Amino acid sequence: MTINGNRITFKMTPFRLVLIAFSLVFVGIVAYRLVNGLQMTNLTDAWPWGLWIFIDVKLGVALAAGGFTTAGIYYVLGVKKVKSVVKPAILTAWLGYCLVGFGLLMDLGRWYGWWHPIFSWGEHSVMFELYMCVLLYTIVLTCEFAPTLFKGIGLVKLSSFFKSLTAPLVIGGIALSTMHQSSLGSMYVLTLGKLNELWWTMLLPILYYSSAVAVGPAMVTCETALAGRFFGHDWDEPAMTFLAKWSGYVMSFYAVLRFSDLAIRGQIGSLLALDTESLMCLLELAIGCVLPLYFFWSYKLRGKVMTQKMIVRNAVLLVLGVALNRGNVVFTGMAKAAGESYFPSAAELFLSIGLVSVGILVYLFIVENFDVFPAHGHCVATGNKQAQPEAAGCARA
Amino acid sequence: MSKGVLVDMTKCFGCGACTVACKLWNEKKYDEVNKPTLGDKAQLVDINWTVVSKHDVTDTSGQAAWRFAKKQCLHCVDPACASSCLVGALRKTPEGPVVYHPDLCVGCRYCMVACPFNIPKYEWDKSFPKVSKCQMCSSRVAVGEQPACIAVCPNQVMTFGDRDQLVQEAHKRIEGNQQLYVNHVFGETEVGGTAWLYLSDQPFNRLGFKTAVPQESLPAFTWQILSKLPMILVGWTAILSGLYFFNKRRNAIAEGKQDSTGGPQS
Repeated sequence: MTINGNRITFKMTPFRLVLIAFSLVFVGIVAYRLVNGLQMTNLTDAWPWGLWIFIDVKLGVALAAGGFTTAGIYYVLGVKKVKSVVKPAILTAWLGYCLVGFGLLMDLGRWYGWWHPIFSWGEHSVMFELYMCVLLYTIVLTCEFAPTLFKGIGLVKLSSFFKSLTAPLVIGGIALSTMHQSSLGSMYVLTLGKLNELWWTMLLPILYYSSAVAVGPAMVTCETALAGRFFGHDWDEPAMTFLAKWSGYVMSFYAVLRFSDLAIRGQIGSLLALDTESLMCLLELAIGCVLPLYFFWSYKLRGKVMTQKMIVRNAVLLVLGVALNRGNVVFTGMAKAAGESYFPSAAELFLSIGLVSVGILVYLFIVENFDVFPAHGHCVATGNKQAQPEAAGCARA
Repeated sequence: MSKGVLVDMTKCFGCGACTVACKLWNEKKYDEVNKPTLGDKAQLVDINWTVVSKHDVTDTSGQAAWRFAKKQCLHCVDPACASSCLVGALRKTPEGPVVYHPDLCVGCRYCMVACPFNIPKYEWDKSFPKVSKCQMCSSRVAVGEQPACIAVCPNQVMTFGDRDQLVQEAHKRIEGNQQLYVNHVFGETEVGGTAWLYLSDQPFNRLGFKTAVPQESLPAFTWQILSKLPMILVGWTAILSGLYFFNKRRNAIAEGKQDSTGGPQS
């Protein structure tokens, strides 16, 4: 069996062995969960949603926003210099959505009925809209990445068929993403009176969408930096600088909206109250908004070139900020209404860790065997016409 | 005509007959040790669709006193749980009850997050759990009978009837005895109104009622957003398509050759 004319490779490293160990634990927990239900979780009537909804759904979807944003920047806005990141971004988004789908399935109490919404429409439900969009967008992402997969296993005709669909897929993908990224916020509009006013606003859908559009490229930047270190790629400066600026501008829009919303709703007082909610909100705003925007605008206004270090640092801050924001909505903001505390059980933790481990392993396998990253001269030079930048010798991850 | 129930908590002496009737009619198990239906630890849980909770209060003469509050799903006029359900497993019937259809439910538990009163509970110890809450004996109500809990009450604490008439009746009773009642009908305007209405001689928050809830219907907020989405979807797709063709052509001209759609795939 060969891929792109090369033998299938998967180099074992200590890091990968750890991931495989986590994945095995994951398989065990999943089997147990599917048979025995949610008893292994620490979820209660007061906390019907916990770690799985936060990591596997809320955060997973937001961080996988890199797929539709970079595809949009490249194909729709025609910014050709980001070319090198588009395919890896679509790959991570595709894997991300597969993990989200699986994570959501694990969270469903009556998981065998996962297909019910397709036939029984709850059209007044944000959850219904979210379900439909995530389902369709996962299919769209599969089709977007299909050319690379089919080309790898030698089905050239199928590959070029899917490639010819690229434009409608990308545009449809952005439309679907717009709907469901904002829906993750709209979902909490119904919790008026329960969710703390620092987070409850009618602008939730716009805030969620704009932060996703900002954090998507930031996540791509983090992934590119990591992959670059492991696989020894060059730093694609024009592409990365563009993404950093994109995130900077979008995040500025978000920050203006977020702060003016807090001010107009008269929440500045409770923001500075220094109780748990206010401290968590301040932390979220400092890490996710103020710091990255300070760095971005101080470089921008002084006309300095953004260095790799600064770009990666800003991207990490944005990712942390969005994680804090989503976590605050799911946990901090709902704590008072719940009236009791929640901490995930070991099974919940290891299922989430295992799910991400499986994702990383599949990612590593695909980038090592398929044409995901552009070819680089300093990797194994082969006589083969098709570049194989991630041949075994290059992989250090 | 949508039905409702008026509960006069000044009349309840906490016998708990209603909770027994509920368990019998709905075939729910008893677990008075861990999940009591009566007393100060009484709590709505998966097997308790209704409870009578005991509260220590001070009456008008300054004496320590007990008060009892019958709790169950309030059957909102415009229920957040029903609007939240992605498969329509929770539905408001024309007669008033908000009914759960377990065959449709996928177990996402958004209804539990959405309910402003934290009413829906979950069968956490089951392999394929159901959401669990009072159905207001919908099969009885559908044929014109009153719910089981009301039928057995020895002191006529609850009145079953048309909701609109019950609201008037409640205000009439408050006017008739202003010294006794708090001047508020709980459920008249809370979250846009509920089918179950309460009268009390104590502030409602002292009897374990969630009083800090919005006074307007919650699904209306979501609908403001959801109803705009089809338009946004169509408009946004059109804008994106326009941008796509514009930039494709611009790039083609800039490159000075026949446009090559070739993405990173090529």
